[in-house]
Amino acid sequence: MASSAISTVGLGAKAKTPMWRIRKEVVTYASLIPYIAFSLFPLYIMFITSLKSKQEINNLGASPFWATGITLENYVYLAENTHFFDHWLLNTFIVTAVSTAISVAIGILAAYALARLRFRGVEAFGLAVFVTYLVPQALLFLPLINVINFIDDFIPIRDTYWSLILTYPTFLIPFVTWLLMGYFRTVPFEVEECAYIDGASRMRTLLTIVLPMALPGVACAVLFSFTLCWNEFLYTLVFIQDEIQKTLSVGVLTELVRGDIYFWGSLMAACLVGSLPVIVIYAFFMDYYVSGLTAGAIK
Amino acid sequence: MAISNTKEQVLVGRDLTAASRQRWRRSFGPDLDGFGFILPAVIIMVCLVVYPFFLAIWFSLSDAVIGEPGRWVGLENFMYLFGIMYDGQDLPWYLKFTGFSWDLSLADDIFLMTLRNTLLFATISVVLKGVFGLGAALLMQRATRMRRFVRGSILVPFVAPTVLTTLGWWLIFDPTYSHINWLFANLWPLNLLGLGPFQWLGNPNLALSSVIFVNFWRGMPFFAVTIFAGLVAIPDQLYEAAETDGASTLRKFWHVTLPLLRPVMAVVILFSTIFTLADFGIVYVLTRGGPMNYTHLFATYSFTVGILNQEIGLGAAISLFLFPILLLVVIFQLKMVRKETGYGV
Repeated sequence: MASSAISTVGLGAKAKTPMWRIRKEVVTYASLIPYIAFSLFPLYIMFITSLKSKQEINNLGASPFWATGITLENYVYLAENTHFFDHWLLNTFIVTAVSTAISVAIGILAAYALARLRFRGVEAFGLAVFVTYLVPQALLFLPLINVINFIDDFIPIRDTYWSLILTYPTFLIPFVTWLLMGYFRTVPFEVEECAYIDGASRMRTLLTIVLPMALPGVACAVLFSFTLCWNEFLYTLVFIQDEIQKTLSVGVLTELVRGDIYFWGSLMAACLVGSLPVIVIYAFFMDYYVSGLTAGAIK
Repeated sequence: MAISNTKEQVLVGRDLTAASRQRWRRSFGPDLDGFGFILPAVIIMVCLVVYPFFLAIWFSLSDAVIGEPGRWVGLENFMYLFGIMYDGQDLPWYLKFTGFSWDLSLADDIFLMTLRNTLLFATISVVLKGVFGLGAALLMQRATRMRRFVRGSILVPFVAPTVLTTLGWWLIFDPTYSHINWLFANLWPLNLLGLGPFQWLGNPNLALSSVIFVNFWRGMPFFAVTIFAGLVAIPDQLYEAAETDGASTLRKFWHVTLPLLRPVMAVVILFSTIFTLADFGIVYVLTRGGPMNYTHLFATYSFTVGILNQEIGLGAAISLFLFPILLLVVIFQLKMVRKETGYGV
């Protein structure tokens, strides 16, 4: 990467002495440790607390930063007494997968049009996509209740996760479109031109030539939609009251947080298990994720 | 956002003769192609973003409650929020517009608190994220070993589900089980100070600080990673040139790094400001707007009024305050980006 070159540039004569280099590394990593510890702190607390028994959690004299006796009772409790695994986790998977698929498909078409096609109103559409991306969910949740009730007269979606599958694309499509537009522009135009001259239709050119070349961008869009869906909270909280239709975030918050003081262990276990899929996927595809995250600012 | 179509023009120009090109243009071929591709996106955006947006405006001008359509009340909801009274009904028509009086003590107290909280919340949080995000980015750039681990762990707060990680912070701030209070009670030398136990979420000012802190924790990685990408994009030659001129590390940072990061910073601050202003999950999980409404933001107050009190009209009016702020931020930032450099959005 270019950055390693940058970091040594500009250190002058001092950079040549090995002692100086070591000192610089020590300072760098010593300063990074607080950052990393700070970032991972809540996840560590979740992990430790989820392994503790009720007695240990309530022993206020003992260190809350370490577990002495390890138990899995909190995870067993989650599986046996709550809808965590059989409904909330499953619902989240279904909603995430379907809305991501819909949004990426629609986003690919729109992004291709924005990047390559010339038609009346293309600039306006581009601006609309940008503005829509910035319209917060907090502005739309009240009127969307009406929209869902209206659709419910024809297709029963109220109080089911289908209402989420319908509404999640509203914040996914603008992002996916915007992201993919940047990727499509990087595909060399000449390749596409050949196919076009050979008589391939727009759609065929897109599917067989452009899309395979922009595959990293598509992966990035999928990944990003996945995390956005998985983390969504407000719409689910507002639209869904039925316990077995809830997604992870809302299910955990509304059903697991109860009056008694013994819920911390299972609550933290739920939070950890609920966060893990995103974190694991992200660990494998971090570079795609980062490129999507920075696309808006850099491209 | 500039949309370049020059290549498309070249394409249409090359494979058609002049005469057929004219016919092609006249037949709206490219227009229809384009419309077809954006149609699905347009349908969804019109039905589920544009229409609800105008519906929200209609709600805010009505006294709608859940289950009832409501009737037109003009600007009454907004006047109520700010404490503006109207008693010009008996005045002649040409003086009717003078019948307004403004008494801030009659305004909706919680709404005024919301304005104050939002201002503090967004300003402090974005500044903290910017400063520490820049620091993290510079460190990430210097780190040559364990790159993936460093970058990955710094990004985790931004990736993990907000509500679930915020529940983790909820435990950390809990009055009985607080990890921070435990340190104040048991860790030498903190225990000698005799401080605590703190009511992290129970004391009004501490609660706002805690909420800002968690928002900072979650949003900082976005700054770090984006600024890092901006750092990597700065050409080496500029540093070499500065060095030839005898610039110190600090001067290079001030005169090369910072000016070149400006467009990236502008975009990151734009996004972060909008998402911070519209934040819902963190406040809802930690405090639900309490104690004594000291942590309400537009989204949480709108939820409280619109869903819990079932006054959709007033709730929509509150949430609409997000829009002018959003618009201002967008215009301001886009102008700034365009003025500063040739790259960026």
